[in-house]
Amino acid sequence: MKPRTYWQENLRLVAGCLAVWFVVSFGFGILLVDELNRIPLGGFRLGFWFAQQGSIYVFLALIFFYAWRMGRLDRKHGVEEEED
Amino acid sequence: MDLTTLTYLVVGASFALYIGIAFWSKAQGTGDFYVAGKHVHPVANGMATAADWMSAASFISMAGLIAFLGYDGSVYLMGWTGGYVLLALLLAPYLRKFGKYTVPEFIGERYYSQTARVVAVVCLIIISFTYVAGQMRGVGIVFSRFLGVDITTGLLVGMGIVFFYAVLGGMKGITYTQVAQYCVLIFAYTVPAVFVSLQVTGVAVPQIAFGSTVADGGAWLLVTLDRIVTDLGFPAYTSGTKSGIDVFFITLALMIGTAGLPHVVVRFFTVPRVRDARISAGYALLFIAILYTTAPGVGAIARLNLTTTMQTGPVGAPDGNLVYEERPQWFRTWEETGLLSFDDKNADGRIQYYNDANPEFAERAAEYGWEGNELTVDRDIIVLANPEIAGLPNWVVALVAAGGIAAALSTAAGLLLVISAAISHDITKGVIAPHISEKRELLIGRISAGVAILMAGYLGYDPPGFVAQVVAFAFGIAAASLFPAILLGIFSRRVNREGAIAGMLVGLVFTVSYIVYFKFGVDAATGNDPANWLFGISPEGIGALGAMLNLAVAISVSALTARPPEDVRELVDRIRTPR
Repeated sequence: MKPRTYWQENLRLVAGCLAVWFVVSFGFGILLVDELNRIPLGGFRLGFWFAQQGSIYVFLALIFFYAWRMGRLDRKHGVEEEED
Repeated sequence: MDLTTLTYLVVGASFALYIGIAFWSKAQGTGDFYVAGKHVHPVANGMATAADWMSAASFISMAGLIAFLGYDGSVYLMGWTGGYVLLALLLAPYLRKFGKYTVPEFIGERYYSQTARVVAVVCLIIISFTYVAGQMRGVGIVFSRFLGVDITTGLLVGMGIVFFYAVLGGMKGITYTQVAQYCVLIFAYTVPAVFVSLQVTGVAVPQIAFGSTVADGGAWLLVTLDRIVTDLGFPAYTSGTKSGIDVFFITLALMIGTAGLPHVVVRFFTVPRVRDARISAGYALLFIAILYTTAPGVGAIARLNLTTTMQTGPVGAPDGNLVYEERPQWFRTWEETGLLSFDDKNADGRIQYYNDANPEFAERAAEYGWEGNELTVDRDIIVLANPEIAGLPNWVVALVAAGGIAAALSTAAGLLLVISAAISHDITKGVIAPHISEKRELLIGRISAGVAILMAGYLGYDPPGFVAQVVAFAFGIAAASLFPAILLGIFSRRVNREGAIAGMLVGLVFTVSYIVYFKFGVDAATGNDPANWLFGISPEGIGALGAMLNLAVAISVSALTARPPEDVRELVDRIRTPR
């Protein structure tokens, strides 16, 4: 099997991250909010918590995760920038 | 020291700081003026982006918006943060690799077309001017509320300060003042929030406090809040009233729009390397999230505070409502500004605060002898009166004033800079006079920044009726015009000049016409009715559909016309790798 190119690996990573992005906000926070609201999380209802808190925390984690994985990918394919 | 003197001192000190930074970071050439010489550290850029992004509306109005909308306010929280994921994953690193100065410049080169560049400039100017007018207005309002000067004087002082550091320092000056402004605004926002949370729930962290129990009763705060507001005929706080599809589209439009706002995108041109652009978007969202996760806590707690202050006993009991003569001091203070007002409709000397627009509640209200809601609350009071409600010292109140002004000035400066760069770099250097010297271009950049400030100031002084309404739609326009063109420019090698221009024009015209039709074309009171909306999407959410149209048109038209030339395909390959 032909090894994936840098760009193909990047696209897979982006697609994976965007799937999570979609699920936590549009999925948990909007489309499934009523179902999740039956589950308590401390004093929050889970769907409401995702809409007003949880999705933002996941967004934050996603960007740092992507930056870290892309750094690894850059080095693997030898396209990283010079240190200065 | 009295409050006014203290406020003058704190606001004056913050201005002295901004001016000092402006002298220290004077722009030496066009590179400094447009992109701060590409020397900005990713953390500093993160703070500057956060201040650039968080406007007077985020600082003053958002917590109040959420307090009165409850779950429906989530569209702003998710929409205005989720856009940074799109920015970090889809745009920022590649635009940094492209390595030039402006967003229209990228569109012009990628689509090998001056026309595409001019179309992008037109979109950019429409977006930025509608947005900046609201900011200048915000500066004036903060001045008038806290310093007792009239809005025009406040506006002139604000213009003067922005003029100073934007014209002198360009992007370099703006960046470092924005870092300072971020520190001022986040401190001013979180201190009162922590104290209010402590008082009501005993938990210091607002993010956790609104999921905790109220200090005295022991019940969950949000459960208590849901019960109290529904007892008064309001919709439950934690459930929505908007339709699912509309919430979906508004959130999507705000996210895509955020990622397409030129003054935000251009911030990622200022960092030294591609990987700095990736991580810097993370820092930006971190600094934004500190405010955006605090706001819903403040909103919920303030709503509970406000409701229980007015409804002191059981709903419907003759002595269940606050006696007007016994109202707290902060109520009196804010009554003077007109943000709170009381109208004793049933002449019982007590304040009835309930939802008189709910027909199901009307019968019960009549039984209680209530003749209509008697309290009018401006949503801005949630943040502005927070320190006084929490009984915090005057210096905190003064700090909130400085924070509100910092939020408005930083956003205004960022917007004015992209407008001036579009005029001096894209129009003058790019189209009219390509052989102009760098020195002349810098001068034109400074002059156009100055002119843009005057125009923005005028729009803030005398906002044409539509400006205030249109500000929120800057997102829809950014979503439908610029975002898809940039996205396709990076992720497709096939989309060509014809496709991109057609896509941008269709997206722009569709979105603007839909908004204009529902907001100004039809009778706004009756015509802007969910029953008339396309697929049930409100004008606020239509930008997402506009973006999809733009993508579809761009791809179809490109498929029917010639491939982009070889050198453009090479450009695309080049921006896709960091080295």
